[in-house]
Amino acid sequence: MQIEFNLNGQTVSAEVEPRTTLADCIRNNFGQTGTHLACEHGVCGACTVLVNGEAVRSCLLLAVQVQGDKVVTVEGLSGDELTPLQAAFRKHHALQCGFCTPGFITTAHALLSHEPDANEERIRDVLSGNLCRCSGYIPIVEAVLEARSSYRDSGSK
Amino acid sequence: MKPPIFEYASPSTVAEAVSLLASRNGNAKVISGGQSLMPMLAFRLAAPELLVDIKHLKDLGAIRIGEDGVRLGAKVRWCDIERDARLTVSHPLLAEAIKHVAHYQIRNRGTVGGSVAHADPSAEMPGIAMTCDARMTIVGSAGTRVEAAADFFTGPLQTSLEPDEILTEVHLPAWPVSRRWAFLEFARRKGDFAMAGVALYYDLDGGRIVNAHVGAIGVADRPIRLTEVEAVLNGNKMSDKLIATASAKARQSVDPPTDIHAPGAYRAALIATLLGRGLKKSAA
Repeated sequence: MQIEFNLNGQTVSAEVEPRTTLADCIRNNFGQTGTHLACEHGVCGACTVLVNGEAVRSCLLLAVQVQGDKVVTVEGLSGDELTPLQAAFRKHHALQCGFCTPGFITTAHALLSHEPDANEERIRDVLSGNLCRCSGYIPIVEAVLEARSSYRDSGSK
Repeated sequence: MKPPIFEYASPSTVAEAVSLLASRNGNAKVISGGQSLMPMLAFRLAAPELLVDIKHLKDLGAIRIGEDGVRLGAKVRWCDIERDARLTVSHPLLAEAIKHVAHYQIRNRGTVGGSVAHADPSAEMPGIAMTCDARMTIVGSAGTRVEAAADFFTGPLQTSLEPDEILTEVHLPAWPVSRRWAFLEFARRKGDFAMAGVALYYDLDGGRIVNAHVGAIGVADRPIRLTEVEAVLNGNKMSDKLIATASAKARQSVDPPTDIHAPGAYRAALIATLLGRGLKKSAA
């Protein structure tokens, strides 16, 4: 099927099988491999992207379902510079191998864009849908807590 | 972990969706949020010929609150319920139960209709539908019908939906402001499917319990009502003794399956504990 949607600010189109997940489409059709795939059945959160501003698991979504929608991946969040959220991840050592990081960044970005005053309990609740197997979660929560101020100042991003 | 091959259609009316479903003789499935169906496809536990995406169907995404209760359109998402402050008054049991459904990203897509039609015996929404005597509106080739939750859930992941039917609305009857209630479940990690859960409510008439409704999830092949426990509660004043009697009855009246997550006896003990805590909480 022919599909067209907005990927990180660009209108893109592709010919995909209906069974192609959005995650596979982003990675294979458009070469944007920042969106990671681990469990492929909605448990790990590594493939989290934003669809029309909301965090969703791109392995649990078909590419044909985002026809006409606005999709943002981790690549779409920053230019050459790290965003304040990404800088906070570096500062707090909120990653080790980095595999889960794009999912945490996109999820935390969605949360803080909607709720820049989220408290630690809310942040932990929201991040509970993402798995990290090496750094531990404490530095990740600390990074997200610190990044809140930049979302309060600038609205979003 | 890739889905099997299927075709895809995104009709713009319910009638069109029904005729697409009817055309495949049981080999078509409705998809909306896809948060239950996509894992089923990934594991190849489901292999439909055709997916009928209801994203373009109008009027299925509304939460309507009126004198006759709460009407949830099939496409209402968990996050929509979470954000609707009216529900904490109009249906606090629903609002509390939905807090336990899955995680942030899934809550942004998962729907009421999807969960109810998927009918996982451990899922919260089917449990609430069963406990609250919900009525399901169903549209198919033969027209529209309304079915009680008790007749809707027929087994593990099984419902009375015919292959050409779509669930369009779940109606929860009106909720008096003074009603007592509780929802508790136990899962090892927050957001996981519950090993067992209890939803309950009752009204008070001169200090005595009337109209007790007690439902359980995760302990049978479908969400169930614990009618023997309800009989223990009805007509009595809440007391520690009554709670102990009701909990013991709850434990006896379930016969949960043993699986990799927990032995049956453990789930039965959980139901007794959760019911006891729920009754205490409801009376506080």
